[in-house]
Amino acid sequence: MAGPGPSGASGDATYAGLVRPLLLPTWAVVGILMVLPVCLMAVYSFLTKEFRGGVIWDFTLAAYDQFFITRGLFGDEPARIEWTYIGIFWRSIWQAGLATLLCLFIGFPTAWFIATRPARSRGVWLFLITIPYWVNLLIRTVSLKFLIRETGPLNESLMAIGLIDTPLPLVNTNLAVQLGLFYSYLPFMVLPIYAAVERYNFALSEAAADLYASRLATLREVVLPVVKPGIVAGCILVFVPSLGAFLAPDLLGGAKTFMLGSLIDEQFKGSQGNWPFGAAVAMILMTLVMTVLILYARAQARGARR
Amino acid sequence: MKGVRHYPGFLAMTIICLVVLYAPLAVVAVYSFNGSTSITQWGGVSLRWYGDVFTGPEAGRFGQAAWNSLTIALIASTAATAIATAAALAMIRGGVFRGRQASFALINLPLMVPEIVIAVSTLIFFSTIGLTTGYLTILLAHLTFCIPFAYLPIAARLEGIEGHYEQAARDLYATRAQAFRLILLPLMMPGIVSGWLLAFIISLDDFIITNFVKGAGMETLPTAIFGSVKQGIKPNIMAISTLMLGVSVLFVTAAYLINRKGQKTP
Amino acid sequence: MKKLLLGTCLLASPAFAEGELKVYHWFEYIPEELVQKFEAETGIDVTIDTYDSNEAMLAALKAGKMGQYDVAVPGDYMVKIMGDEGLLDNFAPEDLPNFGNIAPQWLDVPFDPGRHSSIPYQWGSTAFSVNRDVYKDDIGSLGIIFNPPAELQGKINVLDSQGEVLTLGSIYLGIPQCTQDREQLKALNEMLVNAKTHWASFGSDTAKDVLVSGDAAAGMIYNGFSSKARAEGANVEYAFPKEGYVVWMDNVVLLKDAPNRDNALKFMNFLLDPENAAAVTNYAAYSAGVTGVEPFLDDEIRNSPENNPPADQKGFFIEACDEETQKLYDAVWTNLKK
Repeated sequence: MAGPGPSGASGDATYAGLVRPLLLPTWAVVGILMVLPVCLMAVYSFLTKEFRGGVIWDFTLAAYDQFFITRGLFGDEPARIEWTYIGIFWRSIWQAGLATLLCLFIGFPTAWFIATRPARSRGVWLFLITIPYWVNLLIRTVSLKFLIRETGPLNESLMAIGLIDTPLPLVNTNLAVQLGLFYSYLPFMVLPIYAAVERYNFALSEAAADLYASRLATLREVVLPVVKPGIVAGCILVFVPSLGAFLAPDLLGGAKTFMLGSLIDEQFKGSQGNWPFGAAVAMILMTLVMTVLILYARAQARGARR
Repeated sequence: MKGVRHYPGFLAMTIICLVVLYAPLAVVAVYSFNGSTSITQWGGVSLRWYGDVFTGPEAGRFGQAAWNSLTIALIASTAATAIATAAALAMIRGGVFRGRQASFALINLPLMVPEIVIAVSTLIFFSTIGLTTGYLTILLAHLTFCIPFAYLPIAARLEGIEGHYEQAARDLYATRAQAFRLILLPLMMPGIVSGWLLAFIISLDDFIITNFVKGAGMETLPTAIFGSVKQGIKPNIMAISTLMLGVSVLFVTAAYLINRKGQKTP
Repeated sequence: MKKLLLGTCLLASPAFAEGELKVYHWFEYIPEELVQKFEAETGIDVTIDTYDSNEAMLAALKAGKMGQYDVAVPGDYMVKIMGDEGLLDNFAPEDLPNFGNIAPQWLDVPFDPGRHSSIPYQWGSTAFSVNRDVYKDDIGSLGIIFNPPAELQGKINVLDSQGEVLTLGSIYLGIPQCTQDREQLKALNEMLVNAKTHWASFGSDTAKDVLVSGDAAAGMIYNGFSSKARAEGANVEYAFPKEGYVVWMDNVVLLKDAPNRDNALKFMNFLLDPENAAAVTNYAAYSAGVTGVEPFLDDEIRNSPENNPPADQKGFFIEACDEETQKLYDAVWTNLKK
């Protein structure tokens, strides 16, 4: 099993002669149904919008212009930077970031705890963590909404035990959106950290303890550097889908403010019907995500060389 | 020995984590048995909403949606598993070849591109080539994003199978096809089955992409549920959610058990 | 785009068998029993898809769903827009034996003079409702939504519909619709941004549920939806604000390239029958645009406060702006929701 490359090709090359036909279906399907559409979307982002939906095949930078530059409500003021959409981006990043931190805060101890169980019970713990991920995201989001609504079970029980007098206004807040994102992607944080901690050699911690390092110091100075790749992977797995999330802001946030997902949705299904602009926002979102992923891959490659 | 592994409060965090993950699901499961028409008042344990799912005014719509969901998931996951199995053979047993990195990226592309972007680009693509949105477009979109989910367990399984089983077969004059059919395929089976199950669940659960590429009168369960939920959470939605939850848990448990059993044998 | 639509139709038509009808309709707007009655009478298999705003319906049709549906149910101004966009097909009055049932005041409407491609479905108004357990004072002004009293702040749901929110806002400020006057638009923009700080959520299809469940104490809402909320036990009162409110008429239109044109006409004729129109009214709690429905109406619908505005009130239809003006209103809406 000493294979070259990060993705684990074994030395065995029984199917070397068949590589092309074996990969052809993948190339055809993903190429035609994903790469081509994304390229087409890139083209659309440079087209002229047709009034109330659709496109005219004239190339223009209007969509990107609309995103980055404003000339006032009436289009006759001097050009300034448009903060509206950058603000929506920023809010999405910020929401996704907070949700990621929250996931890390709960996910790391959980992963650590599971990884330090006896080998036998680990599988069961992991299984418990992964099950909710496979339950329909829509159903999970609706469940959460039901749980935290003003007359929902959470508020009712908190009021019944006398902890609060008036129901907590949780639904339709930014907090609810973060909770929703946190809840949606928590398993993504636990699993990679678990994998890293499981491989961690606890002799290192023992050595640190022998040298009178406190628990916290050991965690910070010895453990964290070793399990960092797992933490980074977990953060990316939570952050990236949170960024484009649609259901949590729509159902839990009361659709009050645009997030990236709803902004894109609005251009295609909502009142504004501006396809090129929707395509441009999607392109910018994808560029952002790809940048994060490439930076991550670079950092990993660097780490592997070290 | 136990000292360095144990941090105080980590057990508590784990419990919080599990409570957060399960509380909403448990609440919905419990309330689905509520006999009252109001979702906020408890009217005793009853199965009436489960009856409503199958015989109520929305039964026809949900039934059709469930049929669409199941058949699409069945076809998409089966096709995706076949494609992913072929790809895994090439990637793991194909040695070093040109385009290997690119192929790896391509297989995993559906995991990396944000869902809303896939949805938008697929809609634009179908509308440009003039393909009517409907059953076929949903199926094609599902097939694409199911591939990496089927690929991951199959590739992981294949990586764990030592080459000398097939080698022995080939030494005994089995053709490559025979060696594959009689030796490698049975060994890969646990990975293939769990890959298929995961792809099936992923297809069954998809909402965002389906919502963009579905055509006239075409609903899958998630889009049908979303349509109802938008107007308020109703008791029959809780019952149907609990049923879907049960199906998901059943499938994932099966995938888990099959995979674990597979790991014990070679 | 035209070519695209054409291609879509060519591909689509053979797939549809005879005896089908595809309806693109608002959510919760036609009683299931009525659909079953039509199916039983004609043997036609009806499929219904729903949308939650006129704009969403138009966007979906333009995004490749033309040629898939036979009829849709756009509001007044949207009939005009769809007609201008060439999305509607014409019929002759003789195609509909019940054509004569259309109430005279709804026959020669500005959005479809003489009714060549649409028939009346229901008409009603859009204003707001207030939970009277929470707020007991006078609710006769749009200020309840746009400059709410302390009791209602943070407990208001607003329709997630650009046309209705911006038009009600304009009515509140007393400025004309489709204006290009920068001072007026700035005032509208500022007023809405301030008002939003007191709003809890945007939602059209949830508008009734949030009032019934108590998640919102006041909400912009359609009159019939409000009387349904009342029927479901919420202590809500629908207001006819003194500044005015939005009136609308939803219309069944025959879509261009309808795959089942004949069945669509049968369906439209069916809906012009007073008994069937009354069934819709009894279900949706709006008003039919058909003569002779009165004997079939439920008493509580006929006498409902939501359907009987005080005499001195003024309703406004939403106007369809031209592209340049619409851009300004789009900007106001995006700015509101950013």
